Amino acid sequence: MSVMSRIALLGRAGLDTISALGRSGVFLFNALLGRTRFGNSFTLLLKQLYAVGVLSLAIIIVSGLFIGMVLALQGYNILVGYGSEQAVGQMVALTLLRELGPVVTALLFAGRAGSALTAEIGLMKATEQLSSMEMIGVDPLKYVIAPRLWAGFISMPLLSMIFCVVGIWGGALVAVDWLGVYSGSYWSNMQNSVEFFDDVLNGVVKAVVFAFVVTWIAVFQGYDCEPTSEGISRATTRTVVYASLSVLGLDFILTALMF
Amino acid sequence: MRTRNLELVVGVFILVGLLALVVLAVRISGLAPGSAVNTYSVHAYFDNVAGLTAKAKVTMSGVTIGRVTAIEFDKTRYSARVDMAVDSDVNTLPADSTASILTAGLLGEKYVGISVGGDDEVLADGSEIYDTQSALVLEELIGRFLLNTVSKDE
Amino acid sequence: MTDSSDYIVDLQQITFRRGSRLIFDGVDIRIPRGKVTGIMGPSGCGKTTLLRLIGAQLRPDSGAILVNGENIPELGREQLFAARQHMGMLFQSGALFTDLSVFENVAFPLRVHTQLSEDMIRDLVLLKLQAVGLRGARELMPDELSGGMKRRVALARAIALDPQLMMYDEPFVGQDPISMGVLVRLIRLLNDAMGLTSIVVSHDLAETASIADYLYVVGDGQVLGHGTPEELMNSDKPRIRQFMQGEPDGPVPFHYQAPDYLSDLLHREQK
Repeated sequence: MSVMSRIALLGRAGLDTISALGRSGVFLFNALLGRTRFGNSFTLLLKQLYAVGVLSLAIIIVSGLFIGMVLALQGYNILVGYGSEQAVGQMVALTLLRELGPVVTALLFAGRAGSALTAEIGLMKATEQLSSMEMIGVDPLKYVIAPRLWAGFISMPLLSMIFCVVGIWGGALVAVDWLGVYSGSYWSNMQNSVEFFDDVLNGVVKAVVFAFVVTWIAVFQGYDCEPTSEGISRATTRTVVYASLSVLGLDFILTALMF
Repeated sequence: MRTRNLELVVGVFILVGLLALVVLAVRISGLAPGSAVNTYSVHAYFDNVAGLTAKAKVTMSGVTIGRVTAIEFDKTRYSARVDMAVDSDVNTLPADSTASILTAGLLGEKYVGISVGGDDEVLADGSEIYDTQSALVLEELIGRFLLNTVSKDE
Repeated sequence: MTDSSDYIVDLQQITFRRGSRLIFDGVDIRIPRGKVTGIMGPSGCGKTTLLRLIGAQLRPDSGAILVNGENIPELGREQLFAARQHMGMLFQSGALFTDLSVFENVAFPLRVHTQLSEDMIRDLVLLKLQAVGLRGARELMPDELSGGMKRRVALARAIALDPQLMMYDEPFVGQDPISMGVLVRLIRLLNDAMGLTSIVVSHDLAETASIADYLYVVGDGQVLGHGTPEELMNSDKPRIRQFMQGEPDGPVPFHYQAPDYLSDLLHREQK
């Protein structure tokens, strides 16, 4: 292959990426803006909140619990060397609220709910359900896509907060009940160092941003996929990979801006 | 009906999520609304606060009686001004009480300890604690110790 | 515009490209109102694309598509969705919503487009299901149905809003003789009873010819010929005759374009 054709190939890949980005922007715009005329749009949202949010609850709670416990164990082992093991609560809480809560929730969410969204929408496309909806005169962007987007935007920040609370409680379980850190200093150290606006709300802002990005990627990949079984499986993989990378990249940028 | 159950489950989910936010606010970050009402504020100037932070405890005989609300550098006095909110129950502190910055453990958190003076007048809202003792800075201690040893040898 | 009374759909000089492949090259097709029109042609000649152009799921590169006098490609998003309410389309796979029961599938267009009471919707849905003979299957889910039944439910859904224009995309593919017969009868019956206009896209010659009032044969991006089934059967154009008689070789060659057979075989040794 000549150098020129390689460069041409690279250029085409670049143009393809940019046009996909443009398509996804128009897609989001059309799905979220403009009015919906369906009387049952609330029921649609409700169904998706269940599928996207409630069904992700189990994995979020279990992971949160274990991550909090591990943090407490690791933190204790290090802090006890300096005689400041009572700071373990502060460490667990700050780590969870600022970083692990939003980030791990977003990664789990991409794997659990994101891939399911992509596969479901991709399959609806492959079986012509989206086309037939269009022919019935119903915009699938409004009827299928919009409720899923909103459900993702709403669920993920809630899941992230639940993750943090469960994690901190798991940390207390290990530090206080098992390792014998005085429970008063576990909680009071935490309360002294955690700022509601700087730590808790910034964590929630992160979760909102991640929710937006992960859901957008998942739903768009499903809608834009090639309507074959290989196309769906590729799109599902892309959802998890793109969503995870965007979350980690954005986390760095947000952290640099916030803290 | 099925929709009804769905509503209930999703409702519980959202409620739990919001409850988590409340827990994070009240229990984890200690954001207690209305607690500021029952305190009065005093301030003190320290030469060196060395690691004292806002929200640090103000204690007396080891019991927490208030919190540090703000720390700022006073550029006219070249020292650090520490504002404290003390529980209004504790309204019998003599005006010549001493405030010192202490450390819990070798590397633990810094806090303000108040020791009682003998004055009949008590600290009121907005008054200043004149007698202060700055934080112990390890390097300074070591430096002073070395200096003493050297001068003894001469 | 003057023709809009006689012709419900009027395709004028349609050119459509997919990638670099030219699918249609200046095609003119007119669909007479109130009739069943068959559009036939070999597989892969873009028959389904034609229906998607009429339904505006695809846009032509040039040309006008007039449906009831409105140029479909120029409509805005809102107007387009309004125009589609007058069209019904039966997809090859049926395309039922898999998470809804048969009843809810048929009720779907009524629920989103009308403010009818639950009783009215029930009556209408049962009416449509009765028309396709599946009133008894209303509680079933789509994955419990056979292929033919799925297509009939999809048909009931497509006519739920009483469209003026019904489009059938390969309705006979993969059907056993019985359900094929049922579908043929249904298409004809619905067309005449409801005063519809039907477009049947298919390559099943016998079935299509048996119900169509008028036929178009397309291929190579062109309209090869049109006329009543009898006219086309007796056509003297070789391409149409080959298609109508089902001859394996002729103007459409049996072999895909390839170099000479003998030289191709020898070529390997030269390598």
